[in-house]
Amino acid sequence: MSLDAEQVAKIAYLARLQIDDAAIPDYARNLSAILDFVEQMNAVDTSGIEPMAHPQDVPQRLRDDVVTEHDQREKFQRIAPATENGLYLVPKVIE
Amino acid sequence: MEWEIVIGLEIHAQLKTRSKIFSGASTAYGAEPNTQACAVDLGLPGVLPVLNREVVRMAAKFGLAIGAEVARKSVFARKNYFYPDLPKGYQISQYELPIVSNGTLTITLDDGSSKVIGVTRAHLEEDAGKSLHEDFHGMTGIDLNRAGTPLLEIVSEPDMRSAKEAVAYMRKIHSLVQYLDICDGNMQEGSFRCDANVSVRPKGQTAFGTRTEIKNINSFRFVERAIHYEAQRQIDLIEDGGEVVQETRLYDPDRNETRSMRTKEEANDYRYFPCPDLLPLVIEPAFIDEVKREMPELPDEKKARFEQDYGLSSYDANVLIASRATADYFEAVVEALDGEAKLVANWMNGELAARLNRDGIEIDAAPVDAVAFAGLLRRITDNTISGKIAKEVFDAMWQGEGGADEIIEARGLKQITDSGALEAIIDEVLANNPSQVEQYRGGQAKLLGYFVGQVMKATQGKANPGQVNQILKQKLDG
Amino acid sequence: MTALHRMTLAELSRGLAAGDFSSVELTRHFLDRIAAHDGLLNSFITVTDEAALAAAAAADRRRAAGEAGPLTGIPLAQKDIFNTDGVRTSCGSRMLDNYIAPFDARVVEGFNAAGAVMLGKTNMDEFAMGSSNETSYYGPVKNPWDTERVPGGSSGGSAAAVAARLAPAATGTDTGGSIRQPAALCGITGLKPTYGRVSRWGMIAFASSLDQAGPMAPSAEDCALLLQAMAGFDERDSTCMERPVEDYAAGLGEGIEGLKIGLPKEYFAAGLDAEVEARVREALAVYESLGAELVDITLPNSHLSAPAYYVVAPAECSSNLSRFDGVRFGHRCDDPKDLEDMYCRSRGEGFGDEVKRRILVGTYALSAGYYDAYYLKAQQIRRLIRDDFRRAFEQVDVIMGPTTPTPAFRLGEKADDPISMYLSDIYTIAVNLAGLPGMSVPAGLVNGLPVGLHIVGDYWSEARLLNVAHRLQLETDWHKRIPEAYA
Repeated sequence: MSLDAEQVAKIAYLARLQIDDAAIPDYARNLSAILDFVEQMNAVDTSGIEPMAHPQDVPQRLRDDVVTEHDQREKFQRIAPATENGLYLVPKVIE
Repeated sequence: MEWEIVIGLEIHAQLKTRSKIFSGASTAYGAEPNTQACAVDLGLPGVLPVLNREVVRMAAKFGLAIGAEVARKSVFARKNYFYPDLPKGYQISQYELPIVSNGTLTITLDDGSSKVIGVTRAHLEEDAGKSLHEDFHGMTGIDLNRAGTPLLEIVSEPDMRSAKEAVAYMRKIHSLVQYLDICDGNMQEGSFRCDANVSVRPKGQTAFGTRTEIKNINSFRFVERAIHYEAQRQIDLIEDGGEVVQETRLYDPDRNETRSMRTKEEANDYRYFPCPDLLPLVIEPAFIDEVKREMPELPDEKKARFEQDYGLSSYDANVLIASRATADYFEAVVEALDGEAKLVANWMNGELAARLNRDGIEIDAAPVDAVAFAGLLRRITDNTISGKIAKEVFDAMWQGEGGADEIIEARGLKQITDSGALEAIIDEVLANNPSQVEQYRGGQAKLLGYFVGQVMKATQGKANPGQVNQILKQKLDG
Repeated sequence: MTALHRMTLAELSRGLAAGDFSSVELTRHFLDRIAAHDGLLNSFITVTDEAALAAAAAADRRRAAGEAGPLTGIPLAQKDIFNTDGVRTSCGSRMLDNYIAPFDARVVEGFNAAGAVMLGKTNMDEFAMGSSNETSYYGPVKNPWDTERVPGGSSGGSAAAVAARLAPAATGTDTGGSIRQPAALCGITGLKPTYGRVSRWGMIAFASSLDQAGPMAPSAEDCALLLQAMAGFDERDSTCMERPVEDYAAGLGEGIEGLKIGLPKEYFAAGLDAEVEARVREALAVYESLGAELVDITLPNSHLSAPAYYVVAPAECSSNLSRFDGVRFGHRCDDPKDLEDMYCRSRGEGFGDEVKRRILVGTYALSAGYYDAYYLKAQQIRRLIRDDFRRAFEQVDVIMGPTTPTPAFRLGEKADDPISMYLSDIYTIAVNLAGLPGMSVPAGLVNGLPVGLHIVGDYWSEARLLNVAHRLQLETDWHKRIPEAYA
């Protein structure tokens, strides 16, 4: 599966990853190689096989509806890049 | 060209659990920013979700109430996109296997007819945080308290054909989720949100036209107006030779128009896949049975019962069952009075409703509770006071002056029912108004009201109107 | 007395209990060794000297009060993937270079409760993506056996630190072989438990359905002691199973007569270095002499493991790493023009090439139109691979083979060739896809470089694996070897 620069740029945007234009051809090459590699999966017919999402075939456990967490804003915001009045600040969102 | 409007609604109802869907932080409204956002809600590296049982119960309740299938196995999926109020960069939602599917809801239209609206599915997901765009020196502030609050997304079939039908459906869902006690329906606080999918097609065409999605309409009135505007916009566009673009639009209530949102729609490939941090949700029959046992009486059942058992009109019953709180209040009053359903209905739909509206409060915030209200109405039925005086007493009760009896006593409002006393007063009135008496006896029956008025004036409204009428007639007709 | 660093963890534990030395002494010894040697090896990202000595002192007090357990006062190193409250947790990435964790991972809580002493956080491939510890923001780790070679990855720092005895033990994580492969290349013992045995709470996620934390130490006996503190139900992790924890040390010495050892023909095929094979067969001969029976088996879908893994893992990680966006913690670029710029540049600057590659592959595999062909297909293959193991375990008790096809390769040798790098995990990956427990045990040297014997067990058979590994270690002394420069 061969990816060109435009496709790589599109995927990079979906993933919000900035990649230098100069580096895109290398990424395209490596990604294409990886996709070729994984294409080996097509050697086997898997129709009718149930996908396996988890090794354990058990159902989700449920927790009681109880408040167990309390205000730790100060601790958590100590490591934040930008806050004000308890809010996280980000560059303005254009709506 | 005759056009047909096709509408589907997506409603997000915040489930009123104490803690979040995947974490133990509180869901209480109105807290200081980010004081109810724990490590899980913040999406810190290494945190994991664990599912709240109550959320499952509430979704199952809803499914049962609309006659839907509650899935034995449903799966949580990640919806991936970037936005600052979405801490993990994905929302945990449900995609291919939702918890509820294939239900129906019957709505009553203005002309009294019914229509069945299909509910395609209802699924569980977590809410995002909030963005505050007020200027923080050109930045946006993010509050993640709301992140992780449980939502039930209810998706209807595109079965509605008018804005009115859409509003009826929305109202019915609004009432139902409150009935089920799974959502407080508070649209101002954002616990009940609606998006409308609108398209148009020439009447008779079976294929659907291109639809647009109108987002976050927060009142019944706005839903109606937004749909009207959008349908007309699309019709005008097509008639002018244009094509409807599939997009998301925002309704502007000030200008009464919808506007395209400038987000790059094509860039939103959500890349859904089952969330690997959660296992499939399996609901056993025993769980469903338990939920069934705890189901409250639903609005339709209640309305039928009110008409049947209380002899109420369809109109009165409908108004009383609109909210569960109102219905419960009604039944409490009737029980306290051991009857008098019609009187109670009239007073609730009249005097009580008027005061609630005036003060902008809901019935559970009414200063007069069901017991006190019954106390007031009892004084009407036992003739202690007249209906008219009762309104004055009700006002005083509403202001917090005490119970009915206290007020009647304090203000000396007891009705005069002693025939002797009434006769005396009536005699005086008749004596003072000889020409009117003559006119009445001469055939002007309408003057009875004048005499009644005079008696009321003389007694400051405390004379029992029924008796007054009776005695007056006796004396006048002699 | 033997130098402290030449003792296994189990021996140190007994020494502390006997009062032969104090935890403070022990801790100081290892801190000194780190100071002396880690400049070259680069196995630590953060060394927490003061806190370690304080914890050691506290452990000694606890011992004096008669409240010590087997791990009390034992120094160990934590892979920098585990959140450690108040201490930087970088995950080997510039993205988290400034991230001071505000809570402890369950694994860390377990060791703290046991009274162990944390020496520091070990170096690792960035976000656990790699097989050579060359992708770390903090520079590559060197293999103590030959410092021009890689230690393996992603738990390369932990493996090197233990191999050079800069720490008696360390924690690692394993998603496609990241405990077992570095353990093999560095000549130490490493265990990846059954998926769901150890809580992932606080462990920075790479591929959620594959990741599992485990112990890395000189011997199986050491790993048993460590696993005891790591295993167990944690209600904060939905994928952590509610299953009682056995006493892993209890059955270590049990006999293995009649043990059926499966040898998949796919693991002894082309690509396996002849000398590596020779060491593995020598180990197998030891097992035979102990009464085990070697059985030829086949795992026919083995060749699909790597392709399936390189879809599932990147897909899951592409989503797991979306939270690194410069908003609430971690790296944010300078002077972002707008929101999009902040996202793209913060992530562009914060992540290295291999991480970006995997995010891109994963994003692509999940994107509209490709989900069925890639992710869904990979999960179907996963079931096939698991079923191969299921069938095998009906015939045999454990499965063995080489952990890696070759000994440690040179630094830089595979850096430009991701596929070649991916193939160094060829034997270990299937185990993660199936969620089974697996170990690597030192099995000898090839040209002076260690190689490992890979042992795979059925679900929840950690105790048996440790027993089987321990029996080999009673007959051989590979696990006691220390590279000369560090002996």
